[in-house]
Amino acid sequence: MPTVELLFSAQPEHVRTARLVAAAVARRAGVDEAVLDEVRLAVGEACSRAVGLHLSNGVDRPVRVLLTEEEKKFSIEVGDEAPGSPAGSVPSARASGADDSDDEGEMGLAVISGLVDDVEVTVGEHGGIIRMSWPTASAVVLP
Amino acid sequence: MDLSLSTRTVGDRTVVEVGGEIDVYTAPKLREQLVELVNDGSYHLVVDMEGVDFLDSTGLGVLVGGLKRVRAHEGSLRLVCNQERILKIFRITGLTKVFPIHTSVDEAVAAND
Repeated sequence: MPTVELLFSAQPEHVRTARLVAAAVARRAGVDEAVLDEVRLAVGEACSRAVGLHLSNGVDRPVRVLLTEEEKKFSIEVGDEAPGSPAGSVPSARASGADDSDDEGEMGLAVISGLVDDVEVTVGEHGGIIRMSWPTASAVVLP
Repeated sequence: MDLSLSTRTVGDRTVVEVGGEIDVYTAPKLREQLVELVNDGSYHLVVDMEGVDFLDSTGLGVLVGGLKRVRAHEGSLRLVCNQERILKIFRITGLTKVFPIHTSVDEAVAAND
């Protein structure tokens, strides 16, 4: 079960809220302060991409963010419900009809993969999920 | 925090001072500002990013779009940035090779190549 689950309507103005919530939960989970900027950026990119996919596909459903504190890591899942949204895994599939928002989504994925070591992008018929995780200091005994 | 924008002219350059967060919500405002400047004939831009707290790929896209526009008029778009967390985004996307990045507005205004 996620530590915090966030659903927000697919509008650009809510992406900042998702970033702030994710960073706050990550900090509590023990993610290193120096890495919080990366968490903020990566979750923002994933949410911006999901919002773009929902808007361009006319999906009237919220974007889902799951923030989970695990034993030695903190994980984030950002799920969209854009039908069969072809993620970066199949770039050729969208090369022909790619518009600006698609390009921005791909740039977002490029930033995420440059930032996060542990990242996985899956795409299904009913939407895509970006999973990311960061190590936490929770295993360290506090003085 | 929202995005703040102000412009001023220094010699033949137009300095755009940006503050706050550039993301999927606020980036269109920056895009409008850059488009307006180019439409008004300002082709040599210096974007001062020292007051920027957050920048994502949408913001990068807007800057690249701005560069494309000024280049169409043989202009230039220079950035001023000393913040490691912002510079990192330019590095991982390879955009440090695309944008001249300066440490001060004075340096950017004086630069010619």
